[in-house]
Amino acid sequence: MKQFLLDGQPIPFEDGQTILEAARAAGHYIPSLCWHKDLPPHGSCKLCVVKSAGRHVSACATPAKDGAEVESNTPEMNGERRGILQMLFVEGNHFCPSCEMSGNCELQALGYEYEMLTPRFRHFFPDRPVDASHPDVLLDFNRCIFCELCVRASRDIDGKSVFALTGRGIDKHLVVNAESGRLADTDFTKDDRAANICPVGVILPKRTGFAVPIGERSFDGTQISTETLKEES
Amino acid sequence: MPTTPLAAPVDLDGVLQRHQHNPTRLLQILIDAQDLAGWLPAPTLTHIAAALGIPRARVEGVAGFYSFLYTRPVGRYRVLFSDNITDRMLGNDGLMDALCRKLWVEPGKLSEDGLVSVATTSCTGLCDQGPAILVNGLAIGQLSHRRINEIAELIRQQRPLDLWPAEYFRVDDNIRRKDALLDLQMPPGDALRAAIARGRDGWLDEVRASRLRGRGGAGFATAVKWESARNAPGADKVIVCNADEGEPGTFKDRVLLNSYADLVFEGMTLAAWAIGASEGFLYLRGEYRYLRPQLEAALARRREAGLLGTAILGTPGFDFDIQIHLGAGAYVCGEESALIESLEGKRGTPRIRPPFPVVKGYLGRPTAVNNVETHAKTCLIALYGGEAFADTGTAQSTGTKLLSISGDCAAPGIYEYPFGVPITRILEDCGASDTQAVQVGGAAGICLANYEFHRHIAYEDVPTAGAFMVFDGTRDLFDVARAFVHFFAHESCGFCTPCRVGTSLLKGFMDKLADGHGARADLNDIEWLDRLLKNASHCGLGSAAPNPVIDTLQKFRPAYERRLVSLDFEPAFDLDAALAEARQLTARDDPGAHLKTHEEDAQ
Repeated sequence: MKQFLLDGQPIPFEDGQTILEAARAAGHYIPSLCWHKDLPPHGSCKLCVVKSAGRHVSACATPAKDGAEVESNTPEMNGERRGILQMLFVEGNHFCPSCEMSGNCELQALGYEYEMLTPRFRHFFPDRPVDASHPDVLLDFNRCIFCELCVRASRDIDGKSVFALTGRGIDKHLVVNAESGRLADTDFTKDDRAANICPVGVILPKRTGFAVPIGERSFDGTQISTETLKEES
Repeated sequence: MPTTPLAAPVDLDGVLQRHQHNPTRLLQILIDAQDLAGWLPAPTLTHIAAALGIPRARVEGVAGFYSFLYTRPVGRYRVLFSDNITDRMLGNDGLMDALCRKLWVEPGKLSEDGLVSVATTSCTGLCDQGPAILVNGLAIGQLSHRRINEIAELIRQQRPLDLWPAEYFRVDDNIRRKDALLDLQMPPGDALRAAIARGRDGWLDEVRASRLRGRGGAGFATAVKWESARNAPGADKVIVCNADEGEPGTFKDRVLLNSYADLVFEGMTLAAWAIGASEGFLYLRGEYRYLRPQLEAALARRREAGLLGTAILGTPGFDFDIQIHLGAGAYVCGEESALIESLEGKRGTPRIRPPFPVVKGYLGRPTAVNNVETHAKTCLIALYGGEAFADTGTAQSTGTKLLSISGDCAAPGIYEYPFGVPITRILEDCGASDTQAVQVGGAAGICLANYEFHRHIAYEDVPTAGAFMVFDGTRDLFDVARAFVHFFAHESCGFCTPCRVGTSLLKGFMDKLADGHGARADLNDIEWLDRLLKNASHCGLGSAAPNPVIDTLQKFRPAYERRLVSLDFEPAFDLDAALAEARQLTARDDPGAHLKTHEEDAQ
């Protein structure tokens, strides 16, 4: 069987598998925010960045190659991941203690995983109004990390294209498929795949926020790396 | 959906019909729709989405991506000041202030009466005749205070643009040195006849023998690209000419398109002959939109002459035609996969590669994207053969290169040199003196200090897409780097985290230094950001974004250090500056309204 070396450990893979898929299947965690097993790789969050043959590549979008040597869980790569997490934290408005996703949020969990102790950079404090128009779902754009999971799930799985990104660069932002700009004026429902795919706290079902108390949530007791590998095995 | 689209203006339907209600033409439709009303109101987007049968959110996503598309009202006169460092060196900020004062408008805002808006834009490619502006998309160069006064008056009188003095809109070629390409006087069709006579394979062999490399900067072997596209599965191959000349300081493609359009189109047709493509696109940057009518006329002449269309020059099976697509103010679309997305009517976000465009490009078809100059150069190869072409230049960089020279020199303009020319020779020819530094290759390129001027223009030494900006001893290289950092932050597409946030953070650090709040710790953070951008970005824009800072930090470090407050750390926050809004509201600017003087008084 073909294999590559991940931090010196042999990882078997099948043709067509990416570095990230093969690594996780073999019980090695490579972090991600924009990757999802039900959707094609996107490669935008860059948390899965690894070094292969001396070059930085996205593990989620790079096919595994026989005999390749890949560095992932090293101080250098983890340092870059911490930096990318700090960037995501300062560009949005992330106040974990008051966020109902706290404990289930992948961004927060990765902050713990990679020992992010400070935001390091100045906060951008963007002005992003919330949209509470929909009867069942609240949109809090303050926490958006532009992974486009909702955009892709709504378009490719739900067949609705409720979400899209507009603007450019640091002014990029999420919009919904209605001239009014209100989620209530779209055909979105709380059972859409897109309603249940946000890795942070943007798309929130109403009236269920604290059904599971803080302290008993996905990442409260376990690291996200352990939790992810458990889910995928 | 509860929102009903308002009845669209009749003209909008005309636009949609002209583009066959084709969603891949969405960007072109939005550009044309905006021409009708000056901007794109929300109901217009709704109507377009419904007419094309695509989600409205997608239309909004595209409309919001491009700098020259407006989803909020703008002035009936839209004045955009080109903001390249060369424009700044020629005093564009003073001119913009003057225009704003005369028209009672704040930069970036719409005047109360909706008449005019004034803002800045990225380099418009008139660096040899700046400072430059775009008025409603049309280029005006050689601005002076006198010309600004006249323009203010014309706007106040609401004079239509076609009644403005024609000499305002004159754009000079400023060709200063000609070599093989610019000296070529070829009757249209001659290169094609030569290539057809060699057969498709023989023609590709000539290109291989010429060792021609891409003139867009990356220097990829043209023959290899063409061969990959030819051999890729899929019969309907595509030729794209990348005329999205957005690199600050570059304007050679502007001149080629203005005065050598036939060479460019002939080159595209030569590529089609080699690859077996039937469809071609010229992706023209929005800033060069004024060239479109003459380019369309050149295409029409070529169709008339049997140089485009079916059975070109009577060759059965050689069918090829070219259409022009306009960009709308997005530097990232110069990246070939982003350009293809834009051609497909989408946001200009670079794709994941592989697959490369030669295998899966425009609409999934094998697509060869080449620079304007590369296409033109192939005419020389067809006429005189690959070996003759390879006789000039260096072993690894054959042929000649067009340089766009601007900045502190007596004769800015276009210079064509064989590859291998030393920087000193160029500086001498363009009349530069007391030169401190040269930025070669634009913002994404390399900054050379005077001890490096013995180096040569060539892929193996100093590669370039053509920009050559000269800075004399009076310039501050920190300001140069900061201008480029602002440029990249503005042009980042925002797809990947490192570039989206990193370019903005870098801009913040450079501004902090410029404002006199810098500390040694900031230089460490800047260097850390430089590395992360270089390593982890999704495309070349992000990985090139720190180049100006890396080079100037290394070669002109004192320009940074003299801005540092001698502390390990200094906050960016300035308490006194935070009171500026309160001062404006109370119309006060006396010493008592300033924190610092107030504190000093108290002592």
